[in-house]
This record gives sequence, structure tokens and C-alpha cells, in this order.
Amino acid sequence: MLFFVAPLGFLGYQSLQTGTFDTGYTFDWAFSNYWDALRDYHDQFVRSFLYAGIATIVALLVSYPLVYWIAFRAGRWKNVFLILIVAPLFVTYLVRTLAWLNILADQGPVVGFLRDIHVLGPDGRLLATSVAVVAGITYNFLPFMALPLYVSLEQIDARLLEAAEDLYASKRQAFLHVTLPLSAPGIVAGTLLTFIPAAGDFINAQLLGTPKQYMVGNVIQSKFLDVLDYPSAAALSFILMALILVGLLVYARAVGTERLTG
Amino acid sequence: MTMRMTRRALVQRGAAGVTLLSLPGLLAACGGGGGGGGGGGELADTLRFSNWPLYIDFDEKTKKHPTLDEFTAKTGIKVDYFEDINSNGEYFGKIQRPLSQGNSIDRDIIVLTDNERFLGLMIDKGWVEELDKDLIPNISNLIDAQKSPPFDPDRTYSLPWQSGMTGIAWNEKETGPVTSITQLFEDPKLKGKVTALNGMGDTPPLVMLDNGDDPSKVTDASWTAAMDRIQAAVDSGQIRKFTGNDYAQPLSQGDLAAAIAWSGDIYQLLSSNPNLKWALPTKGGVIWTDNMIIPTGGSAPTASTYMNFVYDPKIAAQIAAYVAYVPPVEGTKEILAKTDPKMASSELVFPSDATLAKAHQFDSNALNNQTYVEQWQKVLGA
Repeated sequence: MLFFVAPLGFLGYQSLQTGTFDTGYTFDWAFSNYWDALRDYHDQFVRSFLYAGIATIVALLVSYPLVYWIAFRAGRWKNVFLILIVAPLFVTYLVRTLAWLNILADQGPVVGFLRDIHVLGPDGRLLATSVAVVAGITYNFLPFMALPLYVSLEQIDARLLEAAEDLYASKRQAFLHVTLPLSAPGIVAGTLLTFIPAAGDFINAQLLGTPKQYMVGNVIQSKFLDVLDYPSAAALSFILMALILVGLLVYARAVGTERLTG
Repeated sequence: MTMRMTRRALVQRGAAGVTLLSLPGLLAACGGGGGGGGGGGELADTLRFSNWPLYIDFDEKTKKHPTLDEFTAKTGIKVDYFEDINSNGEYFGKIQRPLSQGNSIDRDIIVLTDNERFLGLMIDKGWVEELDKDLIPNISNLIDAQKSPPFDPDRTYSLPWQSGMTGIAWNEKETGPVTSITQLFEDPKLKGKVTALNGMGDTPPLVMLDNGDDPSKVTDASWTAAMDRIQAAVDSGQIRKFTGNDYAQPLSQGDLAAAIAWSGDIYQLLSSNPNLKWALPTKGGVIWTDNMIIPTGGSAPTASTYMNFVYDPKIAAQIAAYVAYVPPVEGTKEILAKTDPKMASSELVFPSDATLAKAHQFDSNALNNQTYVEQWQKVLGA
């Protein structure tokens, strides 16, 4: 608790200061830092939530069938496939993202293929576009979506599905009325674990994107390290935190809190 | 983001810029070495030296730094060598809190760059110890051009480690020579295949020179003109992105046709890719210098003893042969002419007087102008 509250308190204190690095900062309830931050970096906030939202949805759509298959069909290969999902986490976040620089390179196979099938024009590219950034985020946070999903799918008693079929439910109905509701805690946990860090991410935007793809994380980083404007960096961090918290509450209200806790 | 990540092209060694955002220094900063500190007049038994990755000679076979071993053999002073500076801003962010509270950071020498604001800030804030010049007779080997920089006119606190130049590099397979910012920013053939450096002391001065302005005396008008021009090139999609030295790999692969680039990186890349070319733009480029300073609490005699050691041209030549940046020590070229004639004749490592005449220093006041800093970050997109 101390390790959480103390830095947060300091950050809050800092976010209400004015001054510059050269002259020193003084505390004077400068709430204007917050309005300035929102006004100046409105675009980056929107972009952060948009990218994180898309990445979360894509990660869910990709990992659900994958994990479903592992949980119900992979049999004795279950563990192998699970390890394959987790394996990327053994490599540093940065290295994984840098690898995408090669995968999506202009001369690389992915871009070549997309040009061949005319999805991309002859001069089209993926790197330095929003697509690359969202793809990077999706890839990097996919395991955090897949693992909680797996846990909840794995726990489903197969006899429930048999019972559903005995009661003349079609495969589709059984899925919609049995599997999907029972895996809801996994979906909720997975989306949270994916969305929250994704919204604060800056590595993908920096390495795979251009300034036009920069997210709030990039702004905070540059405010702290380059501009040395600690108050507005702190204010930006607080706004991000508050927005995520609000989003979380709305989400919790919408899906029902009992599902949040499983 | 101002990051000059590594001085030697990491690509070559397969590390591909991995260090660029990692924070190994956070951990290393806790390490400390025995014996030093106090800022007193006594020689310590260990020198604690923070530098950029791959920025000193290194023997692949023994995994050691030969000149550091030589220093220990000669003086009895052990060296704790930390490659924990990946970006001026990031490193400054780490050390500024202890220094502002008057605490030592357990380092005797750190290396910061003069075309970013942080070196000047360290000196202005008084967070540095004076050099003990009695212990540095070799200071007489300092090249004339480096004797009186604006941030430290008498070299009271700092000595150059290496210098480098910022110019334009291009890949001959993708384009003909790119010799001006105008061409780089406005030639439609290069659209989207160009990057610029994210350092405030790199890209803006190059553009100012192209505008016919003097980057060593920045005015509001010349600054605004440069910002507008860079912004226009971003908006038009000409500039693909702003980089640290992560331009190296895409430039070598051909994803980029041209880039604003550092001389030493390109010299290193040349051995694996002869298609790369580098030149200062015809209207001029930038020369910057990484400077050794002694942070408060470091041992000035120990640090000064080491500085004297590296200002021996023989040692400077050994280091230059590895790092391929411009050495600040008179006599280095003559020694390299025997051991590595190819390097000794390279314009990238030993620029001719004609090249040096085109290499300008950036205004150190502008670097510290808060409004400019913020405007530049806006252009960078954050």
C-alpha cells in the first residue's frame, strides 16, 4: 500500500506545481496544468484509447478461437500450445517490438505479399502507419488476453455441453448459452489486462509509428525526459489514470461486477 | 525523444538497437564502486566511469577493454566501467534528483553531449567538480577547435571524449546523392523514405543552415522558420519518422533512401554495406562533442588522472580505431596512419579543414530555451 500511495501522492503534488526546471517548481494548486494538458494533448488521448480499444478487440477475436481450440481440442498437446502462447514473453518487450520492424519492413515478406494481392499499392507500406502500431500492441498484449481466457474455458465442465446437446441445443446455441457466459470472467479479465497497459503504451508508437501515431505515453515520456516539465507530465499521468478508472467503472457496471471477480 | 542510443552501429553486432530504451542503468546506478567518492583531494583506488554503449575499445576475444586494463596497469587504479548512458535526457532524469539534493551518484566520470541541454545544465547548476588540471599535462594535446566551448569557456569542468558530425546519409541503391536539406525534405522521389534525427541539436540546425541562418546564434525568427519547414515536411509525409540511431538498419536495408545521420554510425556500417554514403550538406552540417565531466561527489584527482591518460595520442588512437568517431586529441591521426591507414584517411573520422569549415556548433542558449524545447517536442509529435 505504501509503495502505491506514496509515489502517487508525490505525483499528485507535483502535478499542481508551476515553474520550470531552471527556476525550480513551486506548489500552488495549479489545476490549470490539467486543463492545459487536456487541451494540448486531446488528440493523443483519443488515439491512446482508440488504439488500445482496437487492439483489445482484435486480441479477443484472435485469441478466443485459438484458446478454445487448445482448451477443448488440443488434448495432450495443451501444454505445448500454452507454452507457445507464453513463449514470446520470455523475450524482452523491446526485442519483440523490434522484431516487428523486420517483419513489417518495406522489403519484407508481409508487405511484399500485400502488394502482390493489391491490398497495398506498389509504394504502400505498413511501417510508420497506425496499422503497424495497432498490430504491435495487439501482438505484445495477446498473451495477457489468452491466458485468463484459457483458464475460464478450461474450467468449463464438458458435461454441461453434453447436457446442452441432450436438450437439443445446436452447437451454436450451446456455445452462446453455455460456453460464452461461462467464459465471461476470462473475457473481462483478459480485456482489462490488455486494455489498461495498452492505453499507456508508448514503445509501439515510437518504434513502429511516426509522430502522427504518438500516444499519451509518448507525450508523458517526452515531458519527463526531454522538456523537463514535471508538473504537466504528472498531470498527464493523472488524467490517463483517471480516464482508465472511469472506463473501468463503466465497463464494470455494464458487465456486472460479479463477473469482474469471477 | 532525444536519444542517441549507441555510438557504434549496433546492427552490425546483431544487437539491433536493443539498448535504446532499456534501463539497465537504473540497476547499474545502484552498483557503485568501492573506494571513490567524497570529492576530496585523494586519489581513489577505483575509477567509476559511466559511458555510452560500445563507445570504448573492446577486445572481442578477451571480452575486455584493453585501454582500461592498460590504465589499471599503469596507475594501479581499477576501473568500474558502466555502459549505462543511452540517452542524455534519460540519464539526466536519473541523476538529477540525487544531485539536486547534494548526494553523490557514485560516479567519477560521466559523458554527456554538448548539442543537448543537459551538459550545460549540469555545469550551470553546479553539479560538477572542477578538473584537477595539474594532473592533466596532456591537456595540451586538446585540438584547438575544442579549447573554448560556450558552455565551459576555460575547460574548467569538461574535456571532450569524442566528437561526431551530423549530416545526410543515403543508400546509393535507392537514390543518387542527397546533398541538401531542400532535396531531403522536398524531392518527391524521396517521399516517405526519409528520416530525421530527434535531437534538437541535430535536425533544426541543419535546416537553419539550409535556410541561410546561423545555427550558432539562434533567433526567434530563424528558429520559427526551421520549425515551420520541418513541420511541413512531416505534414506532407516526406519525413517518415524521427529517430535516434535506429535509422541505421532501415537505411542499410533500403527501407529508407536517405536519413539525417551521424558520421560514426555510417563509418561502422560501411564495412558491411558499401552502398552507404554520408556527407555534410553543401550548406553545412553540425559538429557535436561528447564531454567527460565529474559529477558532484566524484573524485576529481582520480577522474583527472584518467583524462590525462586518454589524452595521450597513443591511447586516443586505440580508442578511435574502435569507435570511429572524431578524436579530440592532437596526434591521433599520425598514429592511426600506421595502424589503420583506411581510417586515418577517412573524412568521417578525420574531417579535412574544408569539411570542418562546414561543420557548425549549435547555439547552447537555444538548447535551454524552454519555449524552443516545447516547440521541438510538438514537431516530434509529443
